[in-house]
Amino acid sequence: MSNILRSLLHRLGAALIVMIGISMLIFAIARVMPGDPARIALGPNATAEQVAALRLERHLDASLPVQYWEFVKSLATGDLGKSLYTNRPVTTDIAQFLPATLELVFVSGILMVLIGLPLGILSAHFRGRFPDHVGRLISLLGVCTPAFVWGVILQLVFGYFWGWFPIEGRLLEGTPIPPGPTGFYLIDMAMAGNGAGFLDALHHLILPALALAMSGLGQTARLTRSNMNEVYDRPYVEMARAYGFPARRIATRYAFRPALIPTLTILGLEFAAMLGNAFLVEKVFGWPGLSRYGVEVILRKDLDAIVGTVLVIAAAFLIVNIIVDILVNVINPRIRLAAGRA
Amino acid sequence: MSEPGSPVLASRTRSKAWAAYTADPLSVIGLVIVVAIVALAIFAPFVTPYPDHVGPTGDFAAMNAAPSADFWFGTDVIGRDLFTRIIYGYRLSLIMAIVVLAIATPIGVIVGLVAGYKGGWTDYVLMRITDVFLAVPPLVLAMAIMGFLEPTLMNGMLAITAMWWPWYARLIYNVTRAEAQEGYVLAAETVGASTAHILFREILPNCWPSILTKMTLDIGFVILMASSLSFLGLGVQPPTPDLGSMVADGAKYMPDAWWLTIYPALAILLIVLGFNLVGDGLREAFEAES
Repeated sequence: MSNILRSLLHRLGAALIVMIGISMLIFAIARVMPGDPARIALGPNATAEQVAALRLERHLDASLPVQYWEFVKSLATGDLGKSLYTNRPVTTDIAQFLPATLELVFVSGILMVLIGLPLGILSAHFRGRFPDHVGRLISLLGVCTPAFVWGVILQLVFGYFWGWFPIEGRLLEGTPIPPGPTGFYLIDMAMAGNGAGFLDALHHLILPALALAMSGLGQTARLTRSNMNEVYDRPYVEMARAYGFPARRIATRYAFRPALIPTLTILGLEFAAMLGNAFLVEKVFGWPGLSRYGVEVILRKDLDAIVGTVLVIAAAFLIVNIIVDILVNVINPRIRLAAGRA
Repeated sequence: MSEPGSPVLASRTRSKAWAAYTADPLSVIGLVIVVAIVALAIFAPFVTPYPDHVGPTGDFAAMNAAPSADFWFGTDVIGRDLFTRIIYGYRLSLIMAIVVLAIATPIGVIVGLVAGYKGGWTDYVLMRITDVFLAVPPLVLAMAIMGFLEPTLMNGMLAITAMWWPWYARLIYNVTRAEAQEGYVLAAETVGASTAHILFREILPNCWPSILTKMTLDIGFVILMASSLSFLGLGVQPPTPDLGSMVADGAKYMPDAWWLTIYPALAILLIVLGFNLVGDGLREAFEAES
C-alpha cells in the first residue's frame, strides 16, 4: 500500500511542477501581447487616471518576476481576478459555467468507454471479418471528424429531421433548474427525486455527449483492437485455444485485461481533447457551459477571465490524468511493483 | 536495409514498399482522395464554376438555392456557389497546414533530438517544457493565444504552431533515446564526430519514417484544428472562404438550408480522412521497407 502512496506522491509532485509551468506559460502569453493590458481591460473610453490606477493595482509597472509573483500569490488565495465582461469575480463565473461543461465531458467519457471498448473487442474478436470492417470504419470516421461536424450532423438527423432529441439547451423550456448542490443536472435531479427532470436532462445530454465522444471512442476502439490482436498472437493464448477453452473466455479472461492497460493510459489524453472539444459541441447545441463564456471573453480581450478559464481547464485535465495513472497502477501489478522498487 | 549504390536492391525495396502500401484498398482510396483534393485546390481558379464567388459578393438572383445542376452544393444567403467556396476553403486549409508543419516540425525535431541525445539536465528542462504544452488541451491553448492576438490568418497559424511542436518533440525524443544506444552512434562518438554530426547525420535519418508518417497524418489534423478555431469565430475572418466558419455560418440556417452546413462539414471530414488513410498506408510501407 505504501508503494502506491509513494508513487501517488511522486505523480502529485510532477503535476505540481507542470501546473507551475502552465501558470508561467499563461502569464507569459498574457504579457507578451502587444498593447497595455490595463488599457485593453478598461476599454477605449477610460481616462488616463483610471488606466494608471489599474496599472498600480495590478502591479503592471513592476518588473516581470515581481508581476509573476503577485500573480501566483493571488492564485494561491483562490483569486483569479475580475471579469470585465460580467463584472464579477472570475471564480464566480467559472463556478457557474464549469459544471455544465464537466457534466457533458463526463457523460461523453462514459459513452467513449461504453461504446469504444466493446467496439474494439468485437473488431479484434472478428479480425478481418465483417464486424471488424464496420468497427474500423466507425473508429476511423470518429477520429477524422471534428466534434462540431458530428454535432451538426447528429443535430440535423436526430434533432431536426427525425425529432427524436431536443435541438439545444440542457432542459426543456419552463423546467425549473434544480437547486444544486453540484450543478450536474443529472445528479441534482436525482437528489431532488425529480424523475421526469432527470430524464429530461438525460434526453438533452445524449446528442452533445455522443458528438463529443466520437473522436475518443474511435481512438479507444482502435487501440483496444490492436492491443487485443497483439495478445491474441501470443503463445499462451494459442495454448488456451489448444486446450479448447471457449473463445469468449479467452477474450475476456486472457486477451482483454492486458489490452486494457495501454488503452487506459490514453484515456487521459482523450479527456484533454474532450475538454477542448467541448467548446465546439457547446456552440452547436447552445449548451450553457464554459464555452460561450470562454469565446466571449476571448473576443472581448478580458484578460483575467481568459487566464482563469485556461488555468481551470488545465487543472481539471491534470487531476483526471492523475486519476487515470492511479487506475493503471491498480490494474497493472507490474507497474505497481516497479513503482515500489524505484 | 538496402546496400547503398545497389539500384536493383533499392528498386526492389521500393516496389515492396509500394506493394505494402497498395495492399490495403483503404490506403489507395486515401491517396485518390488526397490527390483529387490537392489538384482541385491548386487549379481552383480554372476548375471552379464561379471563381468570383470567393469574395464578399455573390449572385442575388440565386440566393439560398438548393443543390442543383447549376450549383452542385447549393448557394448561400447572398447567392455564392458553395462548391466554389469549398474548393477555395481547401486551398486555404492546405496552405495553413503546410506552413504550420513547416515551422512546427523542425522546432519539435530539434528539441527532441537534443533532449534525447544529451540527457541529464538538458533533457529534464526541455521535456518538462514540452510537458507543460502537452498538459493544456490543444484547442484551449490555441484559443488562449488567439485571445491575446487579433483573429487573422497569420495569428491563427502562429497559435496552432505553438501547440503543435511539442508532439514532434515527444515523438523524436523517444526515437532518439532508443537510437542513442545503438552501435552506430557509439562508433561515431568513438571516431570523434561532432554532436551536430551525430544528431543530424546519424540519428535524424533514422527518424525520417516516423516524421514523414506523422506529418502526413498531421496535415489532416492541422486542418481539423484550424477549422475548429474558425468555427468558434477565432480564425480566418470573412469573406475569406474557410471550411470551419462556413459550417458555423450555415448552422444559423438549419434545417431549411441544410446544405450550407452539411457540405462544408463533409468536406472537412473528407480531407482529414484522406490524409489519415495515406498516413496509415505510409506507416505500413515504411515497415515493409525496413
